[in-house]
Amino acid sequence: MPLVVLGIESTAHTFGVGIAREDGKILANVNSTYIPTYGGILPREAARHHTNVAHKVVLKALRKSGIRLEDIDGIAVALGPGLGPCLRVGAFIARILALSYDKPLIPVNHAVAHVEIARLAVSARDPLFVYVSGGNTQIVAYSQGRYRVFGETLDIPIGNFFDTLARELGLPQPGTPQIERLAKEGKNIMDLPYIVKGQDVSYSGLLTAILRKFRGNVSLEDLCLSAMEYAYAMLAEVVERALAHTQKRELVLAGGVARSRRLQDIMQYIAEEHDAIFKVVPDEYAGDNGAMIAWTGVLCLKSGITIQPEESMIRQRWRIDEVDVPWMR
Amino acid sequence: MDAIRCEVLAKGAEAIIYKEVWYGFVVVRKVRIPKRYRDARLDRTLRIRRTINEARLLYDARRLGVSVPAIIDIIVDSTTIIMEYIEGIRLRDELNNMSINEIAKIMRKVGILVGTLHSNGIVHGDLTTSNMIMSKSGNIFLIDFGLGMHSDDLEDIGVDLHVFLRALESTHTHVADICFHQFLKGYKEVMGEDKVKRAVDKVYEIRARGRYVPSELRK
Repeated sequence: MPLVVLGIESTAHTFGVGIAREDGKILANVNSTYIPTYGGILPREAARHHTNVAHKVVLKALRKSGIRLEDIDGIAVALGPGLGPCLRVGAFIARILALSYDKPLIPVNHAVAHVEIARLAVSARDPLFVYVSGGNTQIVAYSQGRYRVFGETLDIPIGNFFDTLARELGLPQPGTPQIERLAKEGKNIMDLPYIVKGQDVSYSGLLTAILRKFRGNVSLEDLCLSAMEYAYAMLAEVVERALAHTQKRELVLAGGVARSRRLQDIMQYIAEEHDAIFKVVPDEYAGDNGAMIAWTGVLCLKSGITIQPEESMIRQRWRIDEVDVPWMR
Repeated sequence: MDAIRCEVLAKGAEAIIYKEVWYGFVVVRKVRIPKRYRDARLDRTLRIRRTINEARLLYDARRLGVSVPAIIDIIVDSTTIIMEYIEGIRLRDELNNMSINEIAKIMRKVGILVGTLHSNGIVHGDLTTSNMIMSKSGNIFLIDFGLGMHSDDLEDIGVDLHVFLRALESTHTHVADICFHQFLKGYKEVMGEDKVKRAVDKVYEIRARGRYVPSELRK
């Protein structure tokens, strides 16, 4: 019988449960996302949402997969990185399931899960990942037993940059598609700070500068166009450098912001220039989801990575390059 | 143009470097090439900004007495810098064949050059032995200030040193320690003990962030 793992995601706004089988088949992927009525994510509000939907999401995933909890081989959970109150909900439910059904508990790093589900979905072998979302912006590739970071944001993630900008401009959430939509109507590029430091980017200064312009008399469309072009150009530059440096032959775009068409186009160009194959994670696995935790749980379980429930502390700042990935060897 | 002979010296991600003869003089022409993935206007703005930035840094470095190629002309419109051609050998290619004494002497000189830049608020941005040329007289020239900037920030200085140390470790593995040690000797002469200690501590702090992989481990 192939291994089957149930995975729980609750690092930020999404509570998700996925069920994955050893052969790479995703049997269920049920997600419920907390949408704030006003402003950004309040960790406690999001956690309350997770608590309310948790049992329904678990049951729905089980029903979809047609598998009984008794027949599952392990319970995987994203222990970090993420928001403390949200992480606690997922960890709590995972521990209970593992203890009451006597299943191994599998600790999964949320960032590793994003790149692993992308690798599975696009059938990549050993790519350079551009992992862009509301909570992370990292350029990552495998080397020496771990995923290593070859560039990242020094302050706010690119998705957070777009979300905050959208909110300040009075646009709905999530921000990236809103900014991209208005950018299509933009005509003029403004002069803004372009901040690349070595292999890293910084978006906070760009955000401040754009908001300052917004208070002046400028076209919203031009503002969005400028924000998008600057943000992506900065990212593109460090991606290009990382690709030249690592010499990887595949380039994979992962995370929620991977849905951006403009960003996909830019990455396609870069891949072509460096003779790499470009692939994008499918929409259903771009944002936070339970399936990615379940699938990474399968990989971990096969490598013998489990954790005792009493040791399964959440880790808000758990970096991708702190995690051994023996299955990549 | 009166270029008689033209050969491509190097092709980077950002620019193409040509060697040419102008009116009987050998020069280097560095042309920043457009990136088609960027908005055309933003692309042009960036290339112009960087061309001017590099030219300014080269000029400032030279005024400090640091040996760098002299700028002959800047053509902003075509994001081009024309500069002096430095006849000599790239340290990257020859360092591994040199005696320890020779290496020590050279690295001390490099330390003095970089110390002079850092103590005057210039960071090079890409300190590798590929960007160091030794002329026939034994003078060391620093080239390619494309990623450089004006900064007094300890973080920027630390990153500059870190990049250099990483380059030594990957390209000149067996003499890297000696190189860096001798480099720091020269560097101290200009920067002073206290500043060097803080800069070196910063390098180890940057390394401890744990995201840098030695290039020999690359696949």
